[in-house]
Amino acid sequence: MLLGKVIGTVWSTRKDENLVGAKFLIVRQLDLEYKPKESTVIAVDSVGAGVGEVVLVAQGSSARQTSITKNKPVDAVIMAIVDKLDISVKEKNKETVEV
Amino acid sequence: MYLGKVIGTIWATRKYETLTGYKMQFVQPINAELEKLGEPIVALDTVGAGPGEIIFYVTASEAVIPLDVDMAPCDASIVGIVDSINIQS
Repeated sequence: MLLGKVIGTVWSTRKDENLVGAKFLIVRQLDLEYKPKESTVIAVDSVGAGVGEVVLVAQGSSARQTSITKNKPVDAVIMAIVDKLDISVKEKNKETVEV
Repeated sequence: MYLGKVIGTIWATRKYETLTGYKMQFVQPINAELEKLGEPIVALDTVGAGPGEIIFYVTASEAVIPLDVDMAPCDASIVGIVDSINIQS
C-alpha cells in the first residue's frame, strides 16, 4: 500500500456511470518522514477519510475488493487512516541493508 | 514475489472492516544482493515478521489470498520470512 495525505476532493458530474456516488479524494504520496512527494493519486474513499488525514491507499485490481468499488473502474482506494507510524529500523541511507 | 526488509510498523484503527486483525508493516524492497530497490511500501503481515527481518511479499490482488476473508483492499502481503539466500554466481 501507499502512504499518503488527503489534500483535496475531486467532483465530476460527467463520468462513467459506474462511478456515480463514489467520493473521489486527492491523495499526495508521503515518504517515511511524512514529507510530501510530487505524485498524487485520485482514490475512492472507503473509510470516511477527511482532508488533511494521513491514509493508506491500495492500488491496482485490489482496489476493487471493497463493497463500494466492486466492479467499478477504480484502481485506487483509501482503505485505512493512519494513527501512528513507527520506523524502528533506521537506515542511514546506505545502499545495502544490514541483515 | 519480491524481497524486502521490514523497517517499521503502522497502526490504523479506522480501516476497511475486513482488514481488522492484520498487522501492517513498512517494507523496504531489496534485491537478492540486499540492495535497496526504490520506495518503501506498506504490506499486510500474515506471518508475524519482526522489524529488521528479511521477508518476501506478494502484490496485486493475489495479496488478498493469505487473508481469511474473500474481499479486502490489500495490494501487498508478506508471505514469507527468509532464512537464507544462496546465489550461484
